[in-house]
Amino acid sequence: MHRFANPVRFLKIARPATAWLLGLGLVLTAAGVLGGLFVTPPDYLQGETVRILYIHVPTAWLGMGGWTGIAVASLATIVWRHPLASVAARAIAPVGATFAFLCLATGSIWGRPTWGTWWEWDGRLTSMLVLFFLYLGNIALAAAERERGPDGRIAAIFGLVGAVNLPIIHFSVQWWRTLHQGESIKLTGSSIAPELLWPLPLTLFGFSALFGAAVLMRMRTELAQTRIEARLRRMAAASAGRGASTGSGQAAAV
Amino acid sequence: MRAAPKHQRLALVLLAMAALVGAALLAMWGLGDRAAYFRTPQDIAAGRADVGQPLRLGGMVQQGSIEKQPDGVSIRFVVTDGPASVPVQFRGITPDLFKEGSGVVAEGRLTPAGVFTADTILAKHDERYMPPQLGNQAAELATRQTLDR
Repeated sequence: MHRFANPVRFLKIARPATAWLLGLGLVLTAAGVLGGLFVTPPDYLQGETVRILYIHVPTAWLGMGGWTGIAVASLATIVWRHPLASVAARAIAPVGATFAFLCLATGSIWGRPTWGTWWEWDGRLTSMLVLFFLYLGNIALAAAERERGPDGRIAAIFGLVGAVNLPIIHFSVQWWRTLHQGESIKLTGSSIAPELLWPLPLTLFGFSALFGAAVLMRMRTELAQTRIEARLRRMAAASAGRGASTGSGQAAAV
Repeated sequence: MRAAPKHQRLALVLLAMAALVGAALLAMWGLGDRAAYFRTPQDIAAGRADVGQPLRLGGMVQQGSIEKQPDGVSIRFVVTDGPASVPVQFRGITPDLFKEGSGVVAEGRLTPAGVFTADTILAKHDERYMPPQLGNQAAELATRQTLDR
């Protein structure tokens, strides 16, 4: 990983990877959404409402996957002081927050016709909302810390502490009786019928690729901004030096 | 020999994370049953629910138990979890997915007579998704297994 400590080497790979991920993500998402909207049959109980699952499930996984990424980057920031890790954590946070929000919104839209309510404070819904708020806190903290310097150690501690919520979200439906149903997809198999299941991996990998593309774009933006700031500082220092000499010259002329 | 600073930091972070996760697990374990979103008919049979206090009752709508009342807007049905069951009365509109043999969560109070008076009815969906042509029998069986857990 320390090979990428040099931003130039990272950018050489990140630039084409962004385009590839974006293209792949758009194609897979389009295929999954079209399949999920027009090809799969409706569910025996929920009818057409079931189709929201092709958006809801990937956004839920990526909302949690985003914080997993922040936690790994935080570990790299604290332990190895990897210069790109804090850049990555700052890049992931708003993208992860967006996916967590989409998960909450689509779940709410699904819950109204299915359960008969927009929102209930059960274990799964509450812990997912906490994840969204953690994202907002992390964004604010990381932005405030960035003003002082790029190392991002305080936000990294927050990133590791916040990761405690991830197993709580995952196990909430097993530990407590919840309104939210249990897991449909486990390592041992799936309780979603195959004819309803197949668009889900398409949207899952599609959204993951879009997530990755957005994170790489944001990382490149921050690296470019850092270079601009450094260049502006150098120019300001140079012109201040010139300004000081011309200023004294003028003073002497007056 | 002193360990390298990065190894010290790694050990420190791992220790801190282990302590944090341990604390969180203890807290969740302590929360236990109080974090449950609903009570089951077995809880009520065992006397773990106070009469007259607001509570949620979850279970399966017993087959053949839904009776429309003469006033046209009230219904009575029985919520069961297998070993125990509770009669419920409700006045209002139920969600589309509320039907016999499927999961339900009712919000309301238990009357001294042992009848649950519901203010709100929520349908509980389970983790199975299938096309309409597959029968409902498999669904009912699995819902019962989910509730037993």
